[in-house]
Amino acid sequence: MADISLGGEPRAVDGIQSSYMAQVQRRRLYGGLTLLIFVVLMAAGFNVADSRNAGGFWDGLHQIGDYPAEVLSEAWEKRADLPGLIAKYFPALVETINIAAVSTLIGAIGGLFLSLLGTRGLAKWPRLIPLFRRISDIMRAVPEIVIALVLIFVLGGGPVPAIIAIAIHTAGALGKMFSEVAENADLKPVEGLASTGATWSQRMLLGVLPQVAPNYLSYSLLRFEINIRASAILGFVGAGGIGYELRNAMGWGAGRFDDAAAIFILLFGTIVFFDQVSSRYRNRLTEGQGQ
Amino acid sequence: MTATDLSLTKHNANKLFQRKRLIGFGIPAVIFAYLVYIFFAFDIAGLAGRANLDNAVTLASDSWSHKVHVTRDNRSGEITYAVEGERKGRYPEGQRPDWVSGDEVLTIDLGGDHIVRYLSDNRTEIEIPGFPMIEVQAEGRSLTSNLPADLPDWISASNRRIGITTPEGRITLTGARTEVFNYFPGWELFWFTLDSPYNGQSLGTILFGEQIDPTRSNIAGAISDWWNNAMWRHKDVAWAIGETILMAFLGTMGAAIIALPLAFMAAKRFSPFMLLRAATRRVFDFVRGVDALIWTVVLARAFGPGPMTGALAILITDTGTFGKIFSEALENVDQKQIEGVESTGAKPLQRYRFGVIPQVVPVLLAQILYFLESNTRSATIIGAITGGGIGLMLTQAIQTQKDWEEVAYYIVLIVVMVMFMDWFSGWLRGKLIGRKD
Repeated sequence: MADISLGGEPRAVDGIQSSYMAQVQRRRLYGGLTLLIFVVLMAAGFNVADSRNAGGFWDGLHQIGDYPAEVLSEAWEKRADLPGLIAKYFPALVETINIAAVSTLIGAIGGLFLSLLGTRGLAKWPRLIPLFRRISDIMRAVPEIVIALVLIFVLGGGPVPAIIAIAIHTAGALGKMFSEVAENADLKPVEGLASTGATWSQRMLLGVLPQVAPNYLSYSLLRFEINIRASAILGFVGAGGIGYELRNAMGWGAGRFDDAAAIFILLFGTIVFFDQVSSRYRNRLTEGQGQ
Repeated sequence: MTATDLSLTKHNANKLFQRKRLIGFGIPAVIFAYLVYIFFAFDIAGLAGRANLDNAVTLASDSWSHKVHVTRDNRSGEITYAVEGERKGRYPEGQRPDWVSGDEVLTIDLGGDHIVRYLSDNRTEIEIPGFPMIEVQAEGRSLTSNLPADLPDWISASNRRIGITTPEGRITLTGARTEVFNYFPGWELFWFTLDSPYNGQSLGTILFGEQIDPTRSNIAGAISDWWNNAMWRHKDVAWAIGETILMAFLGTMGAAIIALPLAFMAAKRFSPFMLLRAATRRVFDFVRGVDALIWTVVLARAFGPGPMTGALAILITDTGTFGKIFSEALENVDQKQIEGVESTGAKPLQRYRFGVIPQVVPVLLAQILYFLESNTRSATIIGAITGGGIGLMLTQAIQTQKDWEEVAYYIVLIVVMVMFMDWFSGWLRGKLIGRKD
């Protein structure tokens, strides 16, 4: 054995070196090829998108500032009106936030059930786990706007179609994230509760929820932040709230840019505010868990 | 442990339980109160009055069925047969559905013994089982009929317009025209429109049968007729989906490319100047805070509607998000690996290349791929606003309020597209950085 290793050593080192170099070269080649494909894809995609756009990229580039400049200069001229306008559009903003809050609430409750029913070890009906997972996949895949537009046709414009649309998507998205957390939950409390004859809902409520609550809350807060943006966008297609006001203000065009500016300010302020608040609380929630 | 200690502990435990109980009831109570407030603020009770159930019924039935219109123009006497009443779904001259028969007297068999006859001089006879024969005469702009004064609720009649809805189909009569709608399940003309020679041919005939169109081979002709189908516009739909995915791809990748160097500037470990760091972070916060909606609106003014505008809106918003995530990842880099590389005499650039990049790449790639999937969904929504991709086609189809089978088709395609991107990004992640479990 010793003979073989001693005699084979120089050749073995050479072999290792050459195979290592070959491997490095192969990796470089693959890396280079991947990079090349990526660059070609980006360039081709850019050209296609540019040619299918109404205005070209290079023509539009120097006009980017025009619209914001117009809006800002007009808003600056009429800056005395701004507080009044902000007060005027504040109820619409509250509606947008309410849409986001209700849909996050409903979606989180839906996601909670989807996640508990779709996690191995926790599910009430283990055979139906794939079914609940598919349901949450499909709910996650449907963009809010699809459901919102269809429901606007049936229910008429207003906040309710937006709530339902966002809640469905939220339930699917949170269902997936929640079940990833629930998979890591300790099953011993659940077993302990089961041994005392606790029902499924008692096991979940007392055995699982206390373990996963900080993470669930943190994900829900993140969703709430995302849903505020979503509800503003859905307003733009007719679901009420600040987005709807924004579309109207945009439609009036020059002369009423101060309205648009007031709405921009409100929307920007709200998003930044909730972004900061939620990231602070999320940090606290996840840190508290680590200790 | 003395008795007083015990009672103190007991007291504390009781207080704790009380607080927990209060929270246990308090949180659901707050949620309930909030929902009650929403119930009144959004006027949920009034929703039933505002909801349009007819629309819901039309939507539900139209999305999986189609109707064929048999229309008589009462002025010229001309009869047209058209799927969905659309010009592009019209039967070619000399052809008609096989449930229509007769020349002088046109007999339309709706099925279930419901029969409509178009007689000469703009007279119409309608036979419905369990109801006396209805005769209608159109003259000028008015109608005369033998309908009794007391009508069932499936007939609406005035001297200008009569509408009859049966389970087998619908009949509307006005002075100007008489129209019968016969309903069938399925998406009609999905493969070939009526003017294509391949319409009505079985798959076997097209693949293996004799040449149908003398100028083209069967398979090429069939594919080209399907691709250019005027009713379902498969070519446009495919382009639209391509545009949507393109928006997501360009936006996500562009944002990642721009955000990576900026993230180095915002990370505490790599950026020595506090001011620069703070400024970069504020830029991230700003672009993220302005939100895709406002960016879309602003950019659409400069670039016009189209996929480029959507891609740029995604790019700008996600530059902020990526910048934040990337800089957090960079701050959590393990110093040991960098020191190890440094100890071999590596220069700063090499330290970054071999000490930092290998650590952060898996995190960054995972985020980028996750955003690629989520941006496919955003691109659908942004497309609806800025006018590009499948989102635009969907909004247009919904706004015309009649092609519900097309709406259903687009919805299915969108869901399939998003699920495909979800699967694809997961697959790519597995290939590039290995599976987690």
